[in-house]
Amino acid sequence: MDTGIGARVKRKEDHRFITGKGQYTDDINLKDQTYAYFVRSPHAHATIKSIKEPEWAPEDGVVAVFTGEHVAEDKIGGLICGWMIHSKDGSPMKAGPHPILAQGKARYVGDHVAVVIAETKEQAKAAAARVDVTYGVLPHVVDVAKATKSKAQIHDVAPDNTVFEWSLGDKAATEAAFQRAHHVTKLDLVNNRLIPNAMEPRAAIGSYDSGSDHYTLYTTSQNPHVARLVISAFHGLAPEHKLRVIAPDVGGGFGSKIFIYAEEVVCVWASKRIGGRPIKWTAERTESFLADAHGRDHVTHAELAMDKDGHILGLKCHTLASMGAYLSTFASCVPTYLYATLLSGQYAIPAIYAEVDAIYTNTAPVDAYRGAGRPEATYLVERIVETAAREMKIDPAEFRRRNFVTTFPHQTPVIMTYDAGDYDASLKKALEISDYKGFPARKAAAAKQGKLRGIGFANYIEACGIAPSAAVGSLGAGVGLWESAEVRVNPVGTIEVLTGSHSHGQGHETTFAQLVSDRLGVDINSVAIVHGDTDKVQFGMGTYGSRSGAVGMSAISKALDKVEAKARKIAAHVMEAAEGDIEFKNGSFSVKGTDKKMAFGEVALAAYVAHKFPTSEIEPGLKETAFYDPSNFTFPAGCHICEVEIDSETGVTEIVSWTAVDDFGTVINPMIVEGQVHGGITQGIGQALTEGCVYDSESGQLLTGSYMDYCMPRATDVPSFKLGFTETKCPSNPLGMKGCGEAGAIAAPAAVMNAMTDALGVKDLAMPASPHTVWKTLQATKMAAE
Amino acid sequence: MENFIYHRPTKPADAVKAMKDAADGKFLSGGMTLLPTMKQGLASPSDIIDLGGLGNSGVEVGADKVTVKAGTVHANVAIDKGVKKAIPALAALAGGIGDPHVRNRGTIGGSIANNDPAADYPAAVVGLNATVVTSARSVPGDKFFTDIFTTALKDDEIVTAVEFPVPKRAAYVKFPNPASRYAMVGVMVAELKDGSVRVAVTGAGPKVFRVPEMEKALEANFSADAIGGIKVKASGLNSDMHASPEYRAHLVTVLARRAVAAAK
Ligand SMILES: Cc1cc2nc3c(=O)[nH]c(=O)nc-3n(C[C@H](O)[C@H](O)[C@H](O)COP(=O)(O)OP(=O)(O)OC[C@H]3O[C@@H](n4cnc5c(N)ncnc54)[C@H](O)[C@@H]3O)c2cc1C
Repeated sequence: MDTGIGARVKRKEDHRFITGKGQYTDDINLKDQTYAYFVRSPHAHATIKSIKEPEWAPEDGVVAVFTGEHVAEDKIGGLICGWMIHSKDGSPMKAGPHPILAQGKARYVGDHVAVVIAETKEQAKAAAARVDVTYGVLPHVVDVAKATKSKAQIHDVAPDNTVFEWSLGDKAATEAAFQRAHHVTKLDLVNNRLIPNAMEPRAAIGSYDSGSDHYTLYTTSQNPHVARLVISAFHGLAPEHKLRVIAPDVGGGFGSKIFIYAEEVVCVWASKRIGGRPIKWTAERTESFLADAHGRDHVTHAELAMDKDGHILGLKCHTLASMGAYLSTFASCVPTYLYATLLSGQYAIPAIYAEVDAIYTNTAPVDAYRGAGRPEATYLVERIVETAAREMKIDPAEFRRRNFVTTFPHQTPVIMTYDAGDYDASLKKALEISDYKGFPARKAAAAKQGKLRGIGFANYIEACGIAPSAAVGSLGAGVGLWESAEVRVNPVGTIEVLTGSHSHGQGHETTFAQLVSDRLGVDINSVAIVHGDTDKVQFGMGTYGSRSGAVGMSAISKALDKVEAKARKIAAHVMEAAEGDIEFKNGSFSVKGTDKKMAFGEVALAAYVAHKFPTSEIEPGLKETAFYDPSNFTFPAGCHICEVEIDSETGVTEIVSWTAVDDFGTVINPMIVEGQVHGGITQGIGQALTEGCVYDSESGQLLTGSYMDYCMPRATDVPSFKLGFTETKCPSNPLGMKGCGEAGAIAAPAAVMNAMTDALGVKDLAMPASPHTVWKTLQATKMAAE
Repeated sequence: MENFIYHRPTKPADAVKAMKDAADGKFLSGGMTLLPTMKQGLASPSDIIDLGGLGNSGVEVGADKVTVKAGTVHANVAIDKGVKKAIPALAALAGGIGDPHVRNRGTIGGSIANNDPAADYPAAVVGLNATVVTSARSVPGDKFFTDIFTTALKDDEIVTAVEFPVPKRAAYVKFPNPASRYAMVGVMVAELKDGSVRVAVTGAGPKVFRVPEMEKALEANFSADAIGGIKVKASGLNSDMHASPEYRAHLVTVLARRAVAAAK
């Protein structure tokens, strides 16, 4: 069976997962373990006047209660935001303090005010309810559009609750383009706030060993090395060699587990304070809703300028981006360098100018969530392009075609250099698969059934594997964005690959093994992928932004190059041939023009017994390390076409057809890629139709705090997807890969909303476009007509 | 969840007595509603009296009457051949409650005793003119649901069965809340054997209610068109982030028409 690149290999990890043998953080129990429960703020904004403990009885099982004062006593640093953004006027962003337990003030409902540690989870929870916190309620604001004019002053350092006022692009050139315009399309958009919903809630176990003065943290992280670095360097808990971070099996992240959160730092810090007993915390689902970093939450005004033939002359926009009450780990880069840099879409737009104001609100912190900035950019570009086409009465497919970037490399006015792509190819294929020509007939047939049928496009582009490190550094990143790999060949020829990427659903144990199987011609089952433990893998940047293929696998590929090179040398010595005569194919080394041959495993053994080569020239063993820093981003792109039918009586929308044609460059495992596309589109459909985080403006309370009100998309909400692929190789990495993890979530909201506005014959429609929203829109249109 | 004393009586009289003796007791059936409220600390009863030990589950289908014992889970009502034949609307309603887990634990007794304004069964009890049989008496469906989360039951009274008269034709149409899948609006329309028509609405108001104007119109002409112009008043209907009172009022008419068209 082929298990190499391009094979539909079944996921190796699934046996463990579906038989209940996964080892998630909450499955791990350490000796003498205690349990933490957090006292959370019931107020959106309040001073903390006092925190009093009752007299605990022995049966309460309370081990300790800690507050921000204890954190200050131990000089434990606050949570950081790792990407510096400067405002237009050159001033640095205004980051307020974010202590791991609140000091003086709570700034959103769910803010971590104190922690109770007890013998059992139930005791910790019961005791937390008895900790008496006196609050002084302050004015609050939850709506990003109102925050700069609100009475609420969330952080002293940020007057008007403004973190930064940033811009990108050439303002004068853009204004000039608008002066010349034949037609200008204007659009107001809200990118609705989303709550990530990984199946596994966040969890942590912190433990301190006084014998070796060493800490261990098990945590639900997408990037354990970054967590260790931050906890060591910024929280100042312990030097890196005294802190081990393990992210075992992790049940989904979608971005929400990139960040370093207060709870995990508290567990590992407090373990020392209670004499080294381990402390476990597992979020309840309600806590996930309240205190995981949320996504999106943009309010935008955008304008697009065209000449008389529908060629785009310029784009400008002003976006208010809610940061929530604190700057989370990468919050500042999401609405800036991951957003405005993609505003050229697939189009050759001569001038772009984007202004982004980042604003504090009394809500959970907002940070990267599947797509992070790129869904917001695609939503803006694809909604306004579709609207412009309609206003100018040009077929939306034709309008796009007229504006496509067709030559590469293409420098956009907003930093990015697109390296390769064929946007017309994916559009053409999508038009065929979706039977675009047949749409008018389908619309007429639906009308006979009393249904409003609409069609919508999303020709998205996104950027994955953000890099090179020097470039992201110059844009403000506090880290480099390379990846590491170590390939260890064992004497019998089996292989362990240690990677800095982290799998939390992506299937790395399969796809990474496929790469090794392909390159070394070995059985996929003789390859193990090791990840998620700072004691095993030396360093790595983790998994997010669809980077594990393009960056993580490229690092493995580089290490495999080195393994192969050394193995050739050894094979040459053993077979007494010149190195230049050694050929390596299908897992075996042979000497050109002879029948001499050695299997890969035989060479591995020869490397370790070291009898047949001069160890003064070639070191024994077969183990190689590589660090790979990409030379550019990668640019996955594609065309999604959505068709909806709306029941005009009830407002219920059904997605009746979905075509997705994606260009991800090289595809390692089509089955896994299709799964990523399905999941991504479903998440995007969730944003468009069902999901919306609601804070009550009066009380500041989270109204969508459970599945009773927060509506995740279900299997019945999505159609059977029709997928197609086009392929242009990514020129900047050795495998030609671009990344596929977020594309669906990036493309889908615009496709759905374009289809719905088409069906309803309206310009504006808010997400989530629930039946109620659609019905209100229908009522308003009816009244306007009457 | 707080500690409580657990009882599992095997006779209804013992259950009633256990309740009388308890400081703050609660009957337990499927636990699909009660246990989550206890876990969230919204209820902390001193005693739990588990009715599962009574063995009071099953369906009896007669020529004029379908009797569903209080402990019957939704899934068993949904798949019962006799119910499907006699009152397909009732089987379909039960089959549309929650998800498979909930349908295999939740019971009709627990559902109507709880009287969630968004529950489905109250529409069947009122719409089909059922009688609720308790450990003490029989209560007509119309008198059973008194207010939001409140019924005619006394604290120590147990629902033992619900008796549904077999109608001439009926249908239940539900508009699920997008998130919870409880009824945002659910309408049961039934033409009873005596020729009278009932239109019972759940989910839209604080408790199940009938729409007499529609009933009268349908008694004269049992067709969807007969009620197309009849609107219920929005005032007093439920309002939340998922639906305004106006939208709910609108849906009542749409769903009632669809139920009439589907009635069998
Ligand atoms: C995820 C989920 C989805 C759901 N979706 C729906 C839905 O779509 N539609 C719907 O209608 N319902 C829905 N439900 C509710 C479900 O139908 C419950 O089963 C029902 O509300 C309660 O039944 P139970 O047997 O579980 O009662 P329990 O939870 O055991 O008890 C509920 C209440 O009734 C009392 N009680 C129980 N039995 C008796 C009795 N025989 N006599 C007197 N008092 C009694 C209890 O003391 C308690 O106060 C859902 C529930 C869940 C968890």
